[in-house]
Amino acid sequence: MTSKKVDAKDLPMQTNKVNVKDFLINNGIIVVLIMLAIFTAIKQPSFGSFDNLKNIALNVAPRFIIACGVSGCLITRGTDLSAGRMVGLSACIAGTLLQKPGYSGKFFPNLPDFGIWWVFAVLLICIAVCAIFGLINGMVVSFLQVPAFIGTLGMQLIVYGVCLVYTNATPIGGYRPAYTEVAKGRLFGVIPYLFLIALAIGLVIWFVYNKTPHGKYMYAIGGNEQAAEVSGVNTKKTKIIIYVTAAALYALGGFLVGAKSGGSSVNMGMGWELEAIAACTIGGVSVNGGIGKVSGVLIGVLVFEILKTCLQYLGVDTNYQYIAQGIVIVVAIALDIRKYIAKK
Amino acid sequence: MAEEYRLEMIGVSKSFPGVKALDKINLKVRPGTVHALMGENGAGKSTLMKCLFGIYKMDEGNVLIDGKDVSIANPDEALGKGLAMVHQELQPVPARSIAENMYLGRYPLIKIGPLKIVDHKTMNQEAEKWLKDVKMSFNPRAKLGTLSIGQMQSVEIAKAVSQNARLVILDEPTSSLTDNEVEALFRIIRELKSRGVSMIYISHKMAEIRQIADDITIMRDGTYVGSWKVKDISDDEIVKQMVGRELSNVYPPKEDYRTDETVLKVSHVSSIHARSFRDCSFELKKGEILGFGGLVGAQRTELMEAIFGMRHIASGEIEILGKKVTIKRPQDAINDSVGMITEDRRGTGIIGCLSIADNTAIASYRNYTKAGTINSKKVGQVVKDSIAKLSIKTPNDRTLIQSLSGGNQQKVIIARWLANNPDILIMDEPTRGIDVGAKYEIYQIMIDLVKQGKSIIMISSEMPELIGMSNRIIVMCNGHITGELEDDEATQEKIMAFATKFDLNDKVTENFTQEVKS
Ligand SMILES: Nc1ncnc2c1ncn2[C@@H]1O[C@H](COP(=O)(O)OP(=O)(O)OP(=O)(O)O)[C@@H](O)[C@H]1O
Ligand SMILES: [Mg+2]
Repeated sequence: MTSKKVDAKDLPMQTNKVNVKDFLINNGIIVVLIMLAIFTAIKQPSFGSFDNLKNIALNVAPRFIIACGVSGCLITRGTDLSAGRMVGLSACIAGTLLQKPGYSGKFFPNLPDFGIWWVFAVLLICIAVCAIFGLINGMVVSFLQVPAFIGTLGMQLIVYGVCLVYTNATPIGGYRPAYTEVAKGRLFGVIPYLFLIALAIGLVIWFVYNKTPHGKYMYAIGGNEQAAEVSGVNTKKTKIIIYVTAAALYALGGFLVGAKSGGSSVNMGMGWELEAIAACTIGGVSVNGGIGKVSGVLIGVLVFEILKTCLQYLGVDTNYQYIAQGIVIVVAIALDIRKYIAKK
Repeated sequence: MAEEYRLEMIGVSKSFPGVKALDKINLKVRPGTVHALMGENGAGKSTLMKCLFGIYKMDEGNVLIDGKDVSIANPDEALGKGLAMVHQELQPVPARSIAENMYLGRYPLIKIGPLKIVDHKTMNQEAEKWLKDVKMSFNPRAKLGTLSIGQMQSVEIAKAVSQNARLVILDEPTSSLTDNEVEALFRIIRELKSRGVSMIYISHKMAEIRQIADDITIMRDGTYVGSWKVKDISDDEIVKQMVGRELSNVYPPKEDYRTDETVLKVSHVSSIHARSFRDCSFELKKGEILGFGGLVGAQRTELMEAIFGMRHIASGEIEILGKKVTIKRPQDAINDSVGMITEDRRGTGIIGCLSIADNTAIASYRNYTKAGTINSKKVGQVVKDSIAKLSIKTPNDRTLIQSLSGGNQQKVIIARWLANNPDILIMDEPTRGIDVGAKYEIYQIMIDLVKQGKSIIMISSEMPELIGMSNRIIVMCNGHITGELEDDEATQEKIMAFATKFDLNDKVTENFTQEVKS
């Protein structure tokens, strides 16, 4: 496939004419959505209000963390359909372990009060539980060589089942303030913790992707797995680490989402994996593997969240919102593919 | 009067961002002739053909077919105008039959009311007829995947003929063919020629040009150098025109840097497949260039890939520096300071969506990592050095490897292992697709390596290269090591005698290599 497109910005500029077209092919969906946002802001000025923008940003934070997890799977030509259910499981585990002492419907009525550090301990428990499922995902994909699509689809059902068994399908509420504070609190009363956590995760992932052998190996596996293996890359180990890391990020995402909404149920996180995959793709993570940047993932998540909010503000019926989102996903992926078949 | 030229390309130019790949190129092909197109790696040969075929859009220039101005926007139109291209990288559908591959996208159909179904009978008959036409007697119902690469290529040519092509483009068709297959290909080429079909033939092999081509056009750095009748120009002159200077030697002067120290000892190694390599034993000395000769399919590649951990070994032992080792994966081999340039550049070599720098560094990150972090500065330096050593033709090292010419991609793979700097380097057909000038540079690098005390195993199907470079040559035939020749006693005849020394107890299957690979 010598006709694959070359990243134009890596090369000296020569033809400006072509670049406009390239730019549109590369960023078309983003351009359209920015226009949609401007349109919405004109029709509904409250869309542009600080409160709303802040809301969007806060919604983006956990979704970005989850999308970061999925991005690793996508870059290695895999995928992870169990992401959403793991988010739900993590939110449920956290919820059941972090209820107010006096709350009447406590899941574990005899759970003693361990103090503030218990919140962190619970986060670690959530991460550990999800990481086990991620480990299974990774082993199924790398050792058993089950296509990621199928392997993680199975895991999606398994995790959902586990969550149902664990919670008995009862909704969970009555969280301790220390837990909800994670989502509602602000550093110095200004910067939301959610924001800082997402930022920290983004930086760490960026570092891993760009500065460590693991990151380089990940891109190489996505580009040509056999060649990577011949170059001494431990492809199995790399993939397992990717699926485990991803699961850990879903756990963190679920923990935060639970804190943010102050309650959870087995339905939490349903369909989030698709949203995360869509966001990654909109942000330029190639479904063909080997390509993808953390900044792109952020843009993708942002764009998708803005789309949803715009539709709400424009008063589009919820049912139609799904249709619109579906169209955006298909168009985004169609444009992504266009980059590679673009004629030279 | 018949037109003087079947094809004329006049003043063709093509730029990629940052590279002027073609600058006013001319190419005129007479009817019923084979026209050789030669030039160094990255000279623009493949690009010119892709422009002709509508895969790339040319910036300027005219194309005339039989004297008529034509414009070709895509490969489909090219086929309609009687052009056909046998790609350097074949893209067949191995799991489908030969006939289906030949008629892909233009299946003969039977109409039953509103339904259209594929007419398999007609398709198979037609396919058989065309295959016979170019003197190939394959069963059109056989799976394409059961054929060797050379045979697949012949099928491609039959396909071209069946489309009534009057101009067939062959881009480095012989780079992975056995001698017999090359003979078969030439027979087909001559047959087509006698029917008035013109062919454009791209190759780096001078002997082939002499054998098969009538005219020759030479390109250098994307510019047009000139066209000659092949009989009017000498080999030296061709090289001079290609490279722009005179090349006095094909091989650097040979020196013997061998020591007594054995770095690699392979004892009685056999494959898990009964018909692959069996009971192979040999030793590699420090500072040695050990050549491995034999016909394609002699299982040399399989043996080396097994040593490197890419294949399974059923029995036998491998010792590195006197220590017994178990190599299960390439990683293990690399940890024991073994490197390997594999034969299949596309499959196990290049990582298309990554840059030249990343492709060069991929095998070496572990050496430049501290506290989990890559020392990008050091890696950058190593990459730069390796790229400079091989004079890879590229605007910069952030360019994607897939936008390089075939030969330059090969150089990047060599650079990858120079950067890794193993003690033992296995090179499987290292100069495949590399032009004469660059070959010399690679040979020089090999000599520098052994001078520094490294050891090299080189598999080569080109006998002169084997003889010109090796201190010692081991010859394989059908999975066995059949002979060994010291540098001073090696001749083509002797190598050939060992290479065809079949063990009568073995069953010989031509397609076995293919089977093992899948
Ligand atoms: N898609 C592309 N994008 C950018 N540059 C390209 C692209 N394709 C080819 N080039 C550049 O054009 C030049 C000519 O390449 P081409 O593949 O035609 O060489 P070639 O003569 O076929 O060489 P070889 O003998 O190695 O096959 C090279 O410098 C190459 O890097
Ligand atoms: Mg080429």
